[in-house]
Amino acid sequence: MRTLLYLTLGLSAGCAAAGVRQATPAPAPAAAPAAASQAAAESMSVDRAQYPSTYRRHPNPPVLIRNATIMTATGQEIRNGSILFKDGRIVAVGEKVDAPADAAVVDGAGKYVTPGLIDDHSHLGVYAAPGTEAESDGNEATNPVTAEVWAEHSFWPQDPQIPLAIAGGITTIQALPGSANLIGGRSAILKLVPARTVQEMKFPGARYGLKMACGENPKRVYGRRGGPATRMGNMAGYRSAFTQAETYRRRWDTWRKDHKGDPPERNLRLETLAEVLRGNMYVQNHCYRADEMAQMIDLAHEFGFKIRSFHHAVESYKIADLLAKEGTSVSVWADWWGFKEEAMDGIQQNAALNQHAGGRPLIHSDSPSGIQRLNQEAAKAMYAGVRAGIPITRDQALRWITVNPAWTLGLDSIVGTLEPGKMADVVVWSGDPFSIYSKAVQVYNDGWLVYDRADAAHQPRTDFELGRAPAPGSDR
Amino acid sequence: MIAVLLAQTIAITGGTVYPVSGPKIANATVLIRDGKIAAVGTGVAIPSDATRIDAAGKWVTPGLIDGGGQLGLVEIGAVAGTREASLQGDTIAAAFNVTEGINPASAVIAVTRIEGVTTVLATPTGNLVSGQAALIDLDGATIEQMVVKSPAGMVLDDSESGKDYAGGSRAGLADRLRRVFRDALEYERRKVDFSRAQIQPLSAPARDLEALLPVLHAQEPLIAYANRRSDIATALRLAREFKLKLVLAGAQEGWEVARNIAAAGVPVLVEPLDNIPSYDALGIRYENAALLARAGVKVALMETDTHNSRNLRQQAGNAVSYGMAWDQALRAVTLSPAEMFGVADRYGSLEPGKVANVVVWSGDPFEFTTGVEHVFIRGNEIPLKSRQTELFERYKTLPPKY
Repeated sequence: MRTLLYLTLGLSAGCAAAGVRQATPAPAPAAAPAAASQAAAESMSVDRAQYPSTYRRHPNPPVLIRNATIMTATGQEIRNGSILFKDGRIVAVGEKVDAPADAAVVDGAGKYVTPGLIDDHSHLGVYAAPGTEAESDGNEATNPVTAEVWAEHSFWPQDPQIPLAIAGGITTIQALPGSANLIGGRSAILKLVPARTVQEMKFPGARYGLKMACGENPKRVYGRRGGPATRMGNMAGYRSAFTQAETYRRRWDTWRKDHKGDPPERNLRLETLAEVLRGNMYVQNHCYRADEMAQMIDLAHEFGFKIRSFHHAVESYKIADLLAKEGTSVSVWADWWGFKEEAMDGIQQNAALNQHAGGRPLIHSDSPSGIQRLNQEAAKAMYAGVRAGIPITRDQALRWITVNPAWTLGLDSIVGTLEPGKMADVVVWSGDPFSIYSKAVQVYNDGWLVYDRADAAHQPRTDFELGRAPAPGSDR
Repeated sequence: MIAVLLAQTIAITGGTVYPVSGPKIANATVLIRDGKIAAVGTGVAIPSDATRIDAAGKWVTPGLIDGGGQLGLVEIGAVAGTREASLQGDTIAAAFNVTEGINPASAVIAVTRIEGVTTVLATPTGNLVSGQAALIDLDGATIEQMVVKSPAGMVLDDSESGKDYAGGSRAGLADRLRRVFRDALEYERRKVDFSRAQIQPLSAPARDLEALLPVLHAQEPLIAYANRRSDIATALRLAREFKLKLVLAGAQEGWEVARNIAAAGVPVLVEPLDNIPSYDALGIRYENAALLARAGVKVALMETDTHNSRNLRQQAGNAVSYGMAWDQALRAVTLSPAEMFGVADRYGSLEPGKVANVVVWSGDPFEFTTGVEHVFIRGNEIPLKSRQTELFERYKTLPPKY
């Protein structure tokens, strides 16, 4: 129960942000320099590439999975269906699909196929196993506002928890800073593939998110360290930071227009916050209590940004109408509760009630253990709703772990459903993914077979594990 | 109300009954009288005054037993004032019995029992010897009414966290335990000398040594949390040296030495969904429960997240998914823990004379589709209500009615 320990200590549990990512690349963090000042701009760090993605699609043959039940997350569940993907893109989904001659054909008899699962709240890589102080890189708990830190600069690609999550069918994660701070820093949106560097995992074109946190954690961490010590102190802290960011943004935007005089001094903290104000980075907000979510919505209105998702929103069912109207998704657990006071009102029908109110719920993990079974957690939340008389469909529950988190990351036009043209993030399950007895048997990420339960050659192991942990299936 | 219900005779009819002590029985009756199981099987005569529960199409099992967690001892994880499971500053807290710290009014109790977990081991934490655990039923207005057995076992932390209480070395931990155990036996032999102060200073206070005597006489199990293969070996070695009735708990690398554990006849409490590696258990894996069972080890399961003890059935289902036989998994959350805690004469199976902790499920208890339809604890039907169902009722339509 290490995760719960993090929560208790306020060292982890957080929310972060995601980016809006449509098919086109995101704009550079600031507007491109005008031609007149090209020479000056060339000398400036702000105009150079900022830690770019080096992700490349792994070459692989076309794949046809046939005779399977295809759950598309677009409302369809196709019996005896097939799916073809090629060059990292889904080509066709349906009852009859013709395969090219060079396609690898997978017999899906008795099996189910879903989109790759997406966890919009993970601390993989930043709170890596084995969980010693040396791997504790998730909370820059040195100041309540650390918008200047980026989760990718902590992320360790050899975290042995990564292959475990892959084996659970996860293809994309948002790795977040923890929740010690009011504003914890930028998230990293990552393809969950074996890699040597985090740059090789960065989802191409995905925008950053900004992690913010409400409630108990910041005031506990800073209460005796200069504050904030109260929830009103928390609010003042956010407002103060965004007030500074408004000024900063105006100075830079003005200078970008006319290039008069020296550019404003670069401030990494305010640069990130200014991106939120420009609408280039979505705020994602660790916030448990309903009344605090309402406060945060007012804060967002005051400064003219949108909160993309409330994370750990255990009380979101109490204001499901307000959240649906606001268009903010709710990232929740199926049943976590009780580990602290702001988590005392968790109920198992939370996701279902938000769905029923017209909102956009999703199931997140915040846990290296829970991330391995998002399908099980979604099943629990779905059936809890159904048993209570809320008619949640299997498709809706599947969307809780696929396209809804994709939307939260701004990636829903690229991943999250099985539709022609989408990225070939595909999971083959041994049976109904909402049954406890089913497991992911194959996981394709961008068309690449990154995990095969039946083939040790496709069961990636991290450097960490070599020579000290027995390989899966082995016996000492 | 409890008294009225106690006098009741209840007949659960038509369900598929899983007695655990024997094979499943289709279309069977479970007859409950005065809090005990009176009869199980087909062709059971149903008294005319019996309240009938139609369980046609349903599955009937014993109430589930969670072999771990701090239920009743921790109300809110982060609020110290509501935590009773750990005695601070007492390395050998053998005399510490958690029982009087149990809160019968805990909101966690109802949340848990309405999902089929009827009995839990309230387990002390922290220190080297954490203290005495109590097995409790999740019903009752007083601690006395809840207790099934206390102490049900002496809890020892023989893992990475335990050695912090023994000077920071695993070798120190083993040495410390040996000294304490020997001193306890010495104390027992020379109580008179002790009272006259004619004995060398002992390595723990007399009351803790006294509390260890039932363990050292194998009358009470020593529940040793140990994960690393070498720590499991240490626990087995100590048990051999002192002839202890050992129960291993956690045992995350247990699968690596499953044959040794089986040979020693030591049962194991496992949390099947443990698989995050640490330096305490680099070999941790989902298949642990199944591999131990396959080697002939008696396995019981636990869900150590106190507030989600109800997920014990998800733990069991995953144990099945990773290789445990379904029947073994059901036994591992019913009869096997009852045997480990010495209450199998009263708990863990549906047999005449046993305490009527019975659950009627809509289907396979391990499946997510399945819900609980009826729960009986000591023959009392438990209303399927909790703080969480009340919150749901209040907010299922918005705005809520306050």
